[in-house]
Amino acid sequence: MSTVLWSLGAIVVLLAGGWVMRLAGQSLTGNKPFFRDMPLAVAFGYVLGAALLLFGIWYYFQPAVTADGVPVASVQFFRWAVQGVLIGAAAAFVFRLIGRTLGTAGSRKMFRQMPLTAAFGVLVILIYALLAIFAPALAPHGQEEVFGQANIVPGGNPALGGNPDFPLGTDQIGRDILSRLIYGAQNTVGIAFATTLLAFVLGGTFGFLAATLRGWMDQVLSRMVDVLMAIPSLIFSLLLITVASAWVSGFGLTVAMVVIIAVIDSTRVFRLARAVGMNIVVMDYIEAAKLRGEGLPYLIFREILPNATAPLLAEFGLRFCFVFLTISALSFLGLGIQPPLADWGTMVKDLSAFINYASFAPLAASVPLLAAGAIALLTVAVNFVVDWMLNRSSGLKD
Amino acid sequence: MNPVIKIILQRLALGLLTLFIVSIVIFAAVNMLPGDFAEAILGQGATPEAVAAIRRDLGLDQDPVTRYLQWLAGALQGDLGNSFAQANFASFVGDDSGVRTTVAQQIAPRFANTMFLAGVTAAIAVPFAVTLGVLAALYRNSVFDKVANISTLTSISSPEFFLAYVLILFLAVLNPLLPSLSNIYADMGFAERLQKTLLPALTLTLVVTAHMMRMTRAAIINLLASPYIEMARLKGIKPMRVIVHHALPNALAPIINVIALNLAYLITGVVVVEVVFVYPGIGQLFVDSVKIRDIPVVQACCLIFAAAYILLNLTADILSILSNPRLRHPK
Repeated sequence: MSTVLWSLGAIVVLLAGGWVMRLAGQSLTGNKPFFRDMPLAVAFGYVLGAALLLFGIWYYFQPAVTADGVPVASVQFFRWAVQGVLIGAAAAFVFRLIGRTLGTAGSRKMFRQMPLTAAFGVLVILIYALLAIFAPALAPHGQEEVFGQANIVPGGNPALGGNPDFPLGTDQIGRDILSRLIYGAQNTVGIAFATTLLAFVLGGTFGFLAATLRGWMDQVLSRMVDVLMAIPSLIFSLLLITVASAWVSGFGLTVAMVVIIAVIDSTRVFRLARAVGMNIVVMDYIEAAKLRGEGLPYLIFREILPNATAPLLAEFGLRFCFVFLTISALSFLGLGIQPPLADWGTMVKDLSAFINYASFAPLAASVPLLAAGAIALLTVAVNFVVDWMLNRSSGLKD
Repeated sequence: MNPVIKIILQRLALGLLTLFIVSIVIFAAVNMLPGDFAEAILGQGATPEAVAAIRRDLGLDQDPVTRYLQWLAGALQGDLGNSFAQANFASFVGDDSGVRTTVAQQIAPRFANTMFLAGVTAAIAVPFAVTLGVLAALYRNSVFDKVANISTLTSISSPEFFLAYVLILFLAVLNPLLPSLSNIYADMGFAERLQKTLLPALTLTLVVTAHMMRMTRAAIINLLASPYIEMARLKGIKPMRVIVHHALPNALAPIINVIALNLAYLITGVVVVEVVFVYPGIGQLFVDSVKIRDIPVVQACCLIFAAAYILLNLTADILSILSNPRLRHPK
C-alpha cells in the first residue's frame, strides 16, 4: 500500500516540477513557442527523464563495496550495464568516424548517413564474424577440453578461488568458460546461419517455382505451406525433434534439428519469394527470356533471383534472428545443439544456477548472463541494421 | 445473408478444416517413429510376447487410419489417451485394478495455469503497449520515441530466457520482491497465485509489448497522411485528440490483428518462460514429455497449442472484419 502512495506522491511532485519548469521556460525565453505550446504531459516527460538521469548518475557513484568489504551487487551490475552501453556507443561512434574517412566514396557516403544504432549493429556483426572464423586461434583452450578442476570462480583471483588460466572460470565438468563462449560464436552463429541459408534455398526455390509455373503446382505448394504455418513453429519443431531423437542422437540430432528448422522456416521464405516472384514474372524481360526458349532453371536463377535480392536480403536478416533465437531456445531446453559442441543456449541452461549467488558474487552471476547476452547482442545488432536498411529503402521519414 | 456473417462462417469453416489437417499432420509425424511405441517403452531387450501385449493394450495393432480416427474421436470428447510415462501396463502385469493417469488428467490443471499466466500477461501488456504506441506516434521522432524504439528493438531481439534471468537477477535475487520459482498449487489464493505468476508474466510482457507497441505506432503513423487527419489538424484539434479520436479507430483493424498475433505468440513463448520459472503449465509438461518421449502427451499438447494458435488467428481475422465499417454497413 505504501508503495502505491509513494509512487502517487512522486507523480504529483514530478507534475509540479514540470509545471514550474514550463513556467520558468516561458518567462526566461520570452514565451518562445517551444515552451508556450508545451502540454503539461510533455513537461512531465522531460522532468521524469531528467529525474531518472540524475538518479542514474547518483546511483552509479554509490560505493560498490561496503565498509566491511562486502560487494554491493546491484550497484556493481548497474555500473557494468552503464559501462557496457557507453563503451558500445563510443565504439560505434569511432567505427562510424573511421568509416566516414576511409574507403571509397560510396562507402563513405553510406557511413555519413548511418545512424549510430546501425553503425553499432554493423560493428557487432563484424566482431562476431571475426570471432566465429578465428575461434580456434583466439580461444585459450579447446571447447571440449576438460580440466581437472570444475567450478573455478571467474575473476582469476587465486585468493577467491579463481585461476588466472581461466579468466571466466570453468563450468560444472571443468571446461574453460571463456573458450566455450568464443567457440559458441562459431557453433551457435554458424549453425543458425547454415539453417537460414538452407531455409532460403528451399523456400526461395519453391517460391519462385510456384510463381513461375502457377497452376496446380502453385496450389499444392501454397496449401502445404498454409498447413505448416498453422502450427506454431517452436511447438512443431519440438514435435519433430522428438521423432528425430528416436532415430539419431548427438551430432546427428543437431543436423536433424537444422533440417527441421530450415524446413519449417522455409514456409515463411516461400510466402515472400512467391509474392515477390509473382510481381517479377509479369515483366517484359521474363517474357523475352521465355520467347528466347530459356529453361526453368535459367528463368529462376538468372532472371528472377537477381531482381528479388533486395527484399530477400532484408528478410534474410530477420529470418536469421528468428532462427538464431529458435535454436538458442531449443538448446536452452536441452533439445537443440547437442554437447560436446559449445553453444550459448546450453551454457545458459548449465550455468543458470549461478544467478542465485548474485548478491555476494556478482562476477559469478554474470557468467550465464554473458552467454545469454551474447545471443541478445547479435540479434539486437542484426535488427538495428535491418531496421536502418528498411527505413532507407522505404524512405519513411514521418 | 449479411455479407459479414457469410465471411465469418467461411472463416470458421476454414479454421476447422485447418485444424483437421493439422491433426493429421501431427499424427503422421508421430507415426514416422521407427518401430513403434511398444518397443520404445520396453527397450531393446523386450520379448516379442511383451511387445505384443503392450501393442494390444495400446491399440497399436490396428492400421494407422483406424488409430487416427479413434484418436480424433477421443480428442473431440476430451479423451486424449493414456500417458506412457505414468501408465502401468495393467494387462501386461496381469493386475487390472491399477489406476492410470490419462493425458487429459495431466493436462487439465496445467492448461488452466497456462491460461492464467497468459491472461495476466495480456492484462498487463495490451493496455501498456497500446498506450505506449499512441504516445510514440504522438511524439514521433522525439527523444521519447527514439528511446522507445531502441528499447523495444532490444527486447524483441533478446531471447526470452535472457529477459527472464535479468528480471530474476534484479527483482528476485538482488531485491527480493518477487519469488523466482513459481510453484503453484491447486488450492492457492488468488493474491498469492498472482504474486507467484507476476515474474513470468512480466517477462512475457516485455517480449510481446515491444512488438505490439511498434505495430500500434506504425499503424497510426500510416494514417497520419490521410486527408481526414489533415482536415482534423486544420480544424485546430489538439494532436492528442487527432490521434485518439480520428486515427486510432481507423487503425483498430491492424492493432487488433497484431494483439491477437502476439497472444498467439504467447502460446509458444510460454514454453521457455515456464521452464525458466518452473511454472507448472502446459509448456513445461510439453518439454518434459518431449525429453522422455511420452508420445501421447506430446501429441495432445501439440494439438492444444495448434488449436489455440488457429483459434487466436481466427479471432484476429473475424475481429478485423468486424472493425471494418465498410463491411458492417454494405451499400
